[in-house]
Amino acid sequence: MTDTPVTDAHDDIDEDRRNFIHIVTGMAAAGGVAVIAWPLIDQMNPAADTKAASSLDVDISKVPEGGEIRVLIGGQPFFIRHRTQAEIASARNANTQSLRDPQTDEERLVPTPDGAYNPAILVTSGVCTHLGCVPVGPAQGNVGDYGGWYCACHGSHYDTSGRIRKGPAPSNLPVPDYRYVSDTVINISL
Amino acid sequence: MSGHESTYEPKTGFEKWLDTRLPLPRLVHDSFVDFPTPKNLNYWYTFGGILSIFLVIQIVTGIVLAMHYTADVDHAFASVERIMRDVPYGWLLRYVHANGASFFFLAVYVHMFRGLYYGSYKAPREVLWILGCIIFLLMVATAFLGYMLPWGQMSLHGANVIVNLFGAIPLVGEGIKTWLLGGPSIGNATLQRFFSLHYLLPFVIAGVVILHVWALHVPGNNNPTGVEVKDTRKDTVPFHPYYTVKDGFAIVVFLLIFAAFVFYMPNVLGHADNYVEADPLVTPAHIVPEWYLLPFYAILRAITFDIGPIDAKLLGVIAMFAAIAVLFVVPWLDTSRVKSMRYRPVARQFFFGFVAACLLLGWVGASNPDDPIIPLGSDKLVVEYSDENGLAAARTFEVYDEAAAFRDGLGEEAGASMAVQKAPAFTFLHLGQILTLYYFAYFLVILPLLGLRERPDEEPDSIHKSVLAREPSAGTPIAQPAE
Ligand code: HEM
Ligand code: FES
Repeated sequence: MTDTPVTDAHDDIDEDRRNFIHIVTGMAAAGGVAVIAWPLIDQMNPAADTKAASSLDVDISKVPEGGEIRVLIGGQPFFIRHRTQAEIASARNANTQSLRDPQTDEERLVPTPDGAYNPAILVTSGVCTHLGCVPVGPAQGNVGDYGGWYCACHGSHYDTSGRIRKGPAPSNLPVPDYRYVSDTVINISL
Repeated sequence: MSGHESTYEPKTGFEKWLDTRLPLPRLVHDSFVDFPTPKNLNYWYTFGGILSIFLVIQIVTGIVLAMHYTADVDHAFASVERIMRDVPYGWLLRYVHANGASFFFLAVYVHMFRGLYYGSYKAPREVLWILGCIIFLLMVATAFLGYMLPWGQMSLHGANVIVNLFGAIPLVGEGIKTWLLGGPSIGNATLQRFFSLHYLLPFVIAGVVILHVWALHVPGNNNPTGVEVKDTRKDTVPFHPYYTVKDGFAIVVFLLIFAAFVFYMPNVLGHADNYVEADPLVTPAHIVPEWYLLPFYAILRAITFDIGPIDAKLLGVIAMFAAIAVLFVVPWLDTSRVKSMRYRPVARQFFFGFVAACLLLGWVGASNPDDPIIPLGSDKLVVEYSDENGLAAARTFEVYDEAAAFRDGLGEEAGASMAVQKAPAFTFLHLGQILTLYYFAYFLVILPLLGLRERPDEEPDSIHKSVLAREPSAGTPIAQPAE
């Protein structure tokens, strides 16, 4: 035993194989960490019930003419407005070319089951496109200079089609994804 | 300092037994009792001790508040009101916790300005400085999360503004936002995770504080002269009793001021809107963060212009984070060999300018960006109408009566409307932009260039000599302190 030099044992070591094993072990461990980390990260995404609650049926026959109702879907506000003839006319007559975000009133409506349009009902998001405040409307007694909505945070005026007319907001109040389930019920989804 | 020999002597049998197993008493003795500390530290150096006390205050009051608090959108606001009205001493615990956050930030800002003035970030203390910046970042996160918990109007809509900023990040922004919120907008999932993390982060802070103190005790304290300790016997005194007493005195004075707020004006630092329960359908007229985040809010809003493909909103977010990120690299931006601004007469002026800029940014952050500071003219009235050819026309008036008469004189078909045209003015936005420019210029231009070009005053040879020079009589002691 004693006459075998200690160094001999080391001469047999194949450094390449050792490195290979180090790298493979490290990669396997990193893979394991990633597999465990993913559930920990993904659990923060919207849960199934939260996602399921992301659409809503709204009975539009209850909205008084000239008024609006506001609904929350997943915490986000939406406006459903029953426009008067005058409001529809002013929305249609606006010169869309000169607008910041040109859109005709028709482009901001969706057809009813029979393919016609119901211009009396306008559905828009209730989030100002500037910095996310909720504009005030007919129920709050201030419809802004263009008869639609007014965002008091930094003074954005929206017209009766929910289009931006004045103030810092860059674009129109978005029209959400919705469809007519029947003549009196719409389904809005996020 | 590391390298100074341990003077701990275990006295009792138990102490000897423990010393060979877990020498914790030795660590405490060498770190906080017989730790050689420069003998010229002034009161600006007591804020580290104050900060430690406030971390403990926040953790202790927080843990007991959590015994009564309910993290649920339907109950959170009511549970905080219950703490205020029904829980024994609940009002005290909550006021201490809410004002404690403010005083924690007040102390940390003084502490950081102190570091910037005396050059405490320079070699060999870069790691110490960076750990401090990490603590600050964690404090900002903790306070932001905590402010959501009472579920008032400002809690919800303030958080909304900040969370929406993530939406400005191209491609992944919306995904990150949804992931942070756990739903399409701030809701119950958000409140619960904010509470969980608000509970966690202070303990992470406590961990980083331990590293911070460790990194302090390797090179030892900096001091107002910026000259390193040369002779431990002459330049330093033991931490106890000299600095335990000095720190203790400062802590008591600071706590007295704190108590004045807690007992006599517990709500002046808060917002009345936060006593209204959160309502996603109604936005408060002025959304502002807590005072200690106002300067960063002002920087965020100062960027109103696009640069190339990057739009203003994203640039604002980048600028806000850069304002904190730049602190991490100060040790490499300041090129001067002289640490303390005491001996840098020119740099000192810029430093005071920097402090003023930060305070003014706070003022800007609290104000409406479009409000005038210096009006350049007076507001006018504009009547817009369509003329007889049906073309858009407008006329401007100085006086309301004339404008109204003109409008009423036009026919129905002219569709006239009247609006105020704001006079040009030097607004809070402009001030904010100038101050933001100075904020970044201080770090990125002034500190790097000045260090190379300025001519500093002569530094003292040692801490000991500088103390003697300031008190000539100290060289010939007249009265000896009683032993
Ligand atoms: C770094 C330390 C901490 C800071 C800066 C901090 C900050 C804050 C802030 C700003 C609020 C809102 C206060 C208000 O307006 O009502 C808050 C609330 C709260 N914090 Fe903390 N906190 C800290 C540590 C903790 C810890 C360790 C806990 C333990 C669970 C905790 C539990 C709570 C609870 C339950 C509330 C809601 C009750 C209330 O609003 O007063 N905090 N915190
Ligand atoms: S958020 Fe509506 S105008 Fe700014």
